[in-house]
Amino acid sequence: MGLVENGKMPKPLTALLNISRKYSLWVYQWGLACCAMEMGAAFASPRYDVMRLGVIPFPASPRQADMVVISGTVTDKMAPVVRRLYEQMPEPKYVISMGSCAHCGGPYWDSYSVTKGVDQIVPVDVYVPGCPPRPEALLEGIVLLQERIASEDMTDRWTRDPIVVS
Amino acid sequence: MTDVSNRNQLAYIAAQASDARVNVEFETEGMTLNLGPQHPATHGTLRVIVKLDGERVLRADPMMGYMHRGYEKLAEVRTYPQVTTLVNRIDWLGSFANEVPFILAAERLMEVEAPPRAQWIRTILFELSRIANVILFLGDMGVQLGAVTPVFFAFRDREFVLNQIEAVTGGRFHPNFDRIGGLKDDIPKGWTEETTGVLGRIRTFCDEMEDLVTGNEIFQARTRGIGVIPAEVGLAYGLSGANIRGSGVDWDLRRDGGVGLAHDQVDWKVWTHPDGDSFSRYWVRLQEVREACGIIEQLLGGIPSGPVMAKVPRIIKVPAGEAYVETENPLGVMGYYVVSKGDLVPFRVKIRSASFSNISITPWVLEGAYVPDVVSILASLYFILGDIDR
Repeated sequence: MGLVENGKMPKPLTALLNISRKYSLWVYQWGLACCAMEMGAAFASPRYDVMRLGVIPFPASPRQADMVVISGTVTDKMAPVVRRLYEQMPEPKYVISMGSCAHCGGPYWDSYSVTKGVDQIVPVDVYVPGCPPRPEALLEGIVLLQERIASEDMTDRWTRDPIVVS
Repeated sequence: MTDVSNRNQLAYIAAQASDARVNVEFETEGMTLNLGPQHPATHGTLRVIVKLDGERVLRADPMMGYMHRGYEKLAEVRTYPQVTTLVNRIDWLGSFANEVPFILAAERLMEVEAPPRAQWIRTILFELSRIANVILFLGDMGVQLGAVTPVFFAFRDREFVLNQIEAVTGGRFHPNFDRIGGLKDDIPKGWTEETTGVLGRIRTFCDEMEDLVTGNEIFQARTRGIGVIPAEVGLAYGLSGANIRGSGVDWDLRRDGGVGLAHDQVDWKVWTHPDGDSFSRYWVRLQEVREACGIIEQLLGGIPSGPVMAKVPRIIKVPAGEAYVETENPLGVMGYYVVSKGDLVPFRVKIRSASFSNISITPWVLEGAYVPDVVSILASLYFILGDIDR
């Protein structure tokens, strides 16, 4: 993957790799607060069933994951742990910030113990707004992320804007 | 020549000495194991520091505060109607149940009483949120012990309950529907029939759980006699809810509390179990889901007519005073101590949440347990992190 990161892989090969990455996203479930239950509904319930999108929500550790859903309030006590677990994930990695709390503090915007925005700690690829977002909203965020992965060029990976589900 | 008893004595001493030698040779060091803060068995961000000797737990310390969001301080800068938005999110599985005690406390201070229809619908939603909360426990308990199927069942049937809550309140998860003096709206047309259908599904779910999990030999082996909490110890630690009823204490604030909900209008039973182990706590909760179905069914049959909102001023100023109201929430006793100085905002809100007291018993109950049983005990105590850390 070193060649791909440098952008030196020929186009057809990159496209092939992107398709395989798109349909085998291993997602690490980061249940922090209320949103964790909606994430659980999206991942574990038969009604929403995220596996049909090629997303596998079963890695036991961040070292096996391609994507992390940070769902819920990140407190100042939790923030170093979030950063540490993010750093344990192998590249290329994607972060979905789920819910108002993870974006900006949400209803706790004036609380003394809540980190106002997980994007202060880790780079965020997709914002899924809501308090908490419905499982459908999370699924849309995942689908949009997959579309981006399908046409991804590793050289501009760190320069583009995040996706906002609306 | 020594006689038989002397020989026995000598053999015993020799055996003791050899045991001691073996113990010296294989002397083990304690090991510290960190469960969490991000661990599947901790339902979120609880951290339990477990000191082990081999497979046995010497000491367990729960570390809290990874989810502390400062509710009590925030409530001091929110007006009374705004506080319900916040307290919804304390126990996020049974959101509506969190609003009720706060609203009741504010109503007591304002000397307003909700009309009977509002009280009945409140009770129905209260019990629906109990079902939404506890059936996820029933599924999750299986997952913790290695059975993945029950949680799919739980999520499947929970969606129907959430649909019913959403049909009334507009909020699938955090309804924010309770108002001082009543409710925001009436129930929609045809809702009672649909809810009766959903209750049938929940009853089927309970039967499925009895078939799948309760009688399972592995489940029984891992929960029976594990994490036994005697009634007096549980009471001393301030356990409440199904945790204390699983220890045989017949105490339920829905029956004994006398707060303004319609539980005394219907015929129902408080379930207890004498054993006090993990299995009994699971079993009591399973019966409570069934009982909640019965309560809702009876309430749906006789909702009184009339308005759902009493006469309250548009801008709510609560007169000076103090009130403490506690109700039997899905996780246990939840109480709000509201101090008002006659202002738009509360002067002080103290929240007594059930999980915080329930988790305080973990050092006592985990001491001497084996490592695999830690998971089963933590799962059966059933806490929600927002409810612990607030």
